Formats: sequence, structure tokens, C-alpha cells
Amino acid sequence: MSYMKTMLAGCTALTVLATGAMAQDGETRVIGVSIPAATHGWAGGMNFHAQETVERLEEVYPNLDFVLATASDPGKQVNDIEDMVATRNIDALVVLPFESDPLTPPVQAVAESGAWVTVVDRGLSVEGIEDLYVAGDNPGFGRVSGEYMVSQMPDGGNIVVLRGIPTTIDNERVEGFQSAIEGSGIEIIDMEHGNWNRDDSFNVMQDFLSKHDQIDAVWASDDDMAVGVLAAIDAAGREDIQFVLGGAGMKEMVQRVMEGDDMIPADVTYPPSMIATAIEMTAVGMTSNAPVSGTFTIGSVLITQENAEQFYYPDSPF
Amino acid sequence: MTTETLNPGKGRTLPSMSVLGPVVALVVLLVIGTLLNANFLSAANITNVLARSAFIGIIAVGMTFVITAGGLDLSVGSMAAFIAGLMIIVMNAALPSMGIGIPIILLGMAVAIVAGILAGLLNGFLVTTLGIEAFIVTLGTMGIYRSLVTWLADGGTLSLDFGLRTFYRPVYFDGILGISWPIIVFALTVIVGEIVMSRSHFGRHCAATGSNEHVAHYSNVNVNRTRLLTYAMLGLLVGVATIMYVPRLGSASASTGVLWELEAIAAVIIGGTILKGGFGRVWGTVIGVLILSLIDNILNLTDLVSPYLNGAIQGVIIILAVILQREAKAKG
Repeated sequence: MSYMKTMLAGCTALTVLATGAMAQDGETRVIGVSIPAATHGWAGGMNFHAQETVERLEEVYPNLDFVLATASDPGKQVNDIEDMVATRNIDALVVLPFESDPLTPPVQAVAESGAWVTVVDRGLSVEGIEDLYVAGDNPGFGRVSGEYMVSQMPDGGNIVVLRGIPTTIDNERVEGFQSAIEGSGIEIIDMEHGNWNRDDSFNVMQDFLSKHDQIDAVWASDDDMAVGVLAAIDAAGREDIQFVLGGAGMKEMVQRVMEGDDMIPADVTYPPSMIATAIEMTAVGMTSNAPVSGTFTIGSVLITQENAEQFYYPDSPF
Repeated sequence: MTTETLNPGKGRTLPSMSVLGPVVALVVLLVIGTLLNANFLSAANITNVLARSAFIGIIAVGMTFVITAGGLDLSVGSMAAFIAGLMIIVMNAALPSMGIGIPIILLGMAVAIVAGILAGLLNGFLVTTLGIEAFIVTLGTMGIYRSLVTWLADGGTLSLDFGLRTFYRPVYFDGILGISWPIIVFALTVIVGEIVMSRSHFGRHCAATGSNEHVAHYSNVNVNRTRLLTYAMLGLLVGVATIMYVPRLGSASASTGVLWELEAIAAVIIGGTILKGGFGRVWGTVIGVLILSLIDNILNLTDLVSPYLNGAIQGVIIILAVILQREAKAKG
């Protein structure tokens, strides 16, 4: 046991020495990227874009070194970040926090050590820690979805809504959606959590179909959930539902929009590639004089048949 | 319940509370469901609930044997996800050479069955031959299969070729005489499982092994072989459940089968099987599975409770169902 520990300590010391030496030599700078593991479709896409961006930027900037770590839970992510600081002596950290609260203190410690901090998607609990915040627009996601519903159903109608995992993200989206459809005559007759999961949303939609005789449209609020919803509608053979609106921009759904599918006439983006934006901007900040601090909000865009092609990434797993 | 109080001395000839408990819980749920929503008893809703119970149900029957023999398997959910992923990859790969037809579906099914049995044998081998705790072994394989499916899917979702999916779809949605295939397979599994458990040597060996390993050993029961077989059988049933699962949505991802192991174990225990082993009841497991699915279904069909509380309601009902049994045991 003690032998193992000595070995580990030795290795760590060597790594620190090595990175320290490199930083002095050719001004090599290390950017740490810490993201949640690919536990669902969106995160899978995000992982894909992170890896692709890191590979590309390592060629573009020979004096930049990247450390990419994926964490399956907030605790592991905290460890990852501590390891990056301890063993790789990172100059900048790009982090997509698993959860805001548990990640705030360790990221704050990184910022206080003098490293550049870029936060992606989910904000931290304390303001002013990060140098750059690349944010997804959750209320906007709900608003764009709601506005589309209103435009498609000018006379109003009955809709059911599938919600994600109970989180702030989900609440913001639903609130944005509700305020967008307010006074339009569209009524949400039922709302239940499908947990951004195909199987759960399939079950929920089956039960909605048993419960309600007339449903005009479905806001599935996520493309994975839309898959389950469509399968349930298909199996029940119901003709009353005019369309299903998903969200996020999964390639299979974007393809259906592109092909003019009646059931999937549109999609709303919440691009997993925002991690690429964050890594890229951090790299620019590390290597040039261009100022990149501040907040960069990535708007949620409506995908329709006309513009679907530019949102279609056939190589991405999502 | 009334009969029991009338004849307190002759409890042996009458169904005890441990038998009645889960049945009563199920009946109460059925009554509540009927009162709350007129569509609850419609053929469509009953079919939905039974068909979606089939995955967990088929797995839970296998789990009943593993638990009865004193084991545990936490890996079944991720095993199902892994097998589903494997099946999709093999079928997609074979598509150009085999074309869409019955043979390719049979190939997919064979892959699922073989992979299931092998995965089960691996768990069983580690538990019996190497003598590692079942909890640790299956916790390990749970992580392994979950990662493998994420890796196979490159973090995203594995989808069956669209044409193939359309062809395979009837395996979940169609059936004979209006009864869909998953329900038929579930029913067959239960009938065979019940007969094996209550009337075969193997069933008795499972109970003996779970009840007291040493006594079973001296009574000429091959303890290790019995355990190994329960894990292999569970693996096989996970394969069967996956065969039913894949045609439903035609996809597998890292979020497939999450927490199925706990649902299966909960169903087994609600049904009256003892977690420490030594006694198992396959038909009770079925009731356990139905109770769990019905709670979800009823909560979706009504607006009584905030959806945030669904998990809490489930938890309360699970604990209540088990308390009903324990009370009876304490009295008896």
C-alpha cells in the first residue's frame, strides 16, 4: 500500500515538475476542461463537441495544452478540478458545472489561484467568480417554443406538456413557455415529468392519451422525449394530435424537420456545441490580446424546414 | 381478513396476511384507479400498463430466483441497456448482407439471449467460484455494462435502422387475439417460473441454498451450481426482456434501463420473497410489479398530487405493502 502511495506521489511530483518546466520554456499554457459525462443524449453531443474542439485547437495553437475530464457526478467533478490544479497547474478552466451549488467553492478556489475561469451553461451560485460566462438561454428556449405554438395554433387548442428532470433549467423553460402562450387560447390540459428520457415520456404520453380524448398538440420540450411521445401516439393510432414540438436539436429530429415531416414541423435549439464556443473563446483569450471576458448568451433559435440544414450535424452522436 | 379473525387458531389452512397483503394492496390500487378515472379500466389502458410492466416483470421473475437462493443482482438494468445496444449494433451491421426479414430479427434475438446468458454466467462465476460478495460483483458489472453501452453509443443514442424498426415493431405492439406479445411472454415466463419455483428440484434447491448454505450443502444440494444457474437464468430473462424492449422505441442509450434493478428488487420484496433468501414466490413478484406500474399509471391519470411527489407516493406504498406482510408474520 505504502509502495503504491510513494509511486503515486512520485508520479504526481514528476508531472508537476514537467508542466512547470514547460510553462517556463515555450510559454505553453494549459487549459482544463471539466464537463459532465455523456449520461444522456444532450450530454453525449456536448462531449463530442468538446473532444472535437480540443483536438482541433491543439493543432491550431501548438503552445496550448488541453486537459479534458468528464465526471459522472458533482463529487467526481470537484475531484477532477482539484486534480487539474494540483497536477497540471492549469492556466484556465472551462467548466460546465454538474450542479451549481457543489461546484461553486472549488471553481472559486481556481479563480482565486489566478487562473482564468470560463463557466458554461449552468451558472455558479455566487456571482462574479467567472471571467467568461457562456450561457444557454433557458427562458428563451421556453419563449421561442411558446411563440411557435401560438403561431401554429391561432385559434388556440388543448396541449399537453412533458417536463424534464425537476431542476431550475426545467422551471425556467416552462415559465418562459407559459408566459409566451398566455392569452393565446392555448390551454395546457396536463403536464408531467418525462425526465428527458425516451422510456419515461413514452409511458407518460400513453397515459395522457388514455386520459384525454382530444389533444391538439404536444410540447415535448426535448427531442429525446419527443421520440417517446411519437411512439406512443403512433401505437395508439390517434389522429387528433397535429404536431409535436421537441427541443435541443437532435440530428434525427432536425432531419425530420428538414424532410418536412408533418408531426415534427419545427425544433428549438439548445446547442450542446456551446461547449465549443466556450473552449474556443478561452483559447483566444489565452493566446491573443482580444478581450473575451463578460457574458455570452447563446440564443435558442427556431429550426424550420427552411433553415434546418445549417443545424444538421450528421457526425455528432446527438 | 375477516376469515382470518374468525378462525384465529386455524391460520394454517387460510391465506395468511403475508399472502393477502400484496393482493389487498393491488385491489385497493385498482379500486382507487377506477374511481379516479373512467378510462382506467379501458382495454387500452390495461394493455399499456401490462405491456410496460413486462420488461421489469420478466426480469423480476429471474430476480426472484436469485434472491431466493440468497443472492442479489444489481447489474440487470445496465445489462439490459448493454444487450439492447449490442443487439442494435449487430442487427444494423448485418442489414446489408441479410436484408430486412425474419432471419435478421432471429439473429438479433439470438444475440440478446446468448449475451444475456453469458453476462449472467459471468456474474454467477464471480460470485460462486471466486466467492466474491454478490453485492460487490454486480455493483461492479453494473458500472461496466453502463459504461460499455455509453461507449458503444459514443455518448449518444444507438438507433435501429428505420426500415428494420418498422419490421420489428409488431413484436412489442402486436400480438394474438388483441393481447400484445410482451404480455404473452410475461405471462409464459411467470407460469414457467412459478412451476419451477414451487414444483421442481431446482426451486427447492434455491430455497435450501438461500435458507442455509451449509445445511443445503450437507443435504447433497450443489450450492454453487444452484447459484450459478440462478444468475444464468436471470441473464437469459434480461435477454428476453431486451428482445421485447428494443422494438418499442428502436433505440438504446446510456439512460436505458436506469434503476430497473431497484424496481425489480422492490417488486420481488413487495411480492413476499425474503431479501435474505430462503423463500421465494413468483406470483407475488408479479403482483409487486403490477403495484409499481399501477402507481405510476394512476398518478399520470389524475391531477391529485404534484408530480414532484410521485416518488414519495411510490415509496410510501412500497413500505406499506411490506409492513402489511411483516405485521402478519409477527402475529403468527
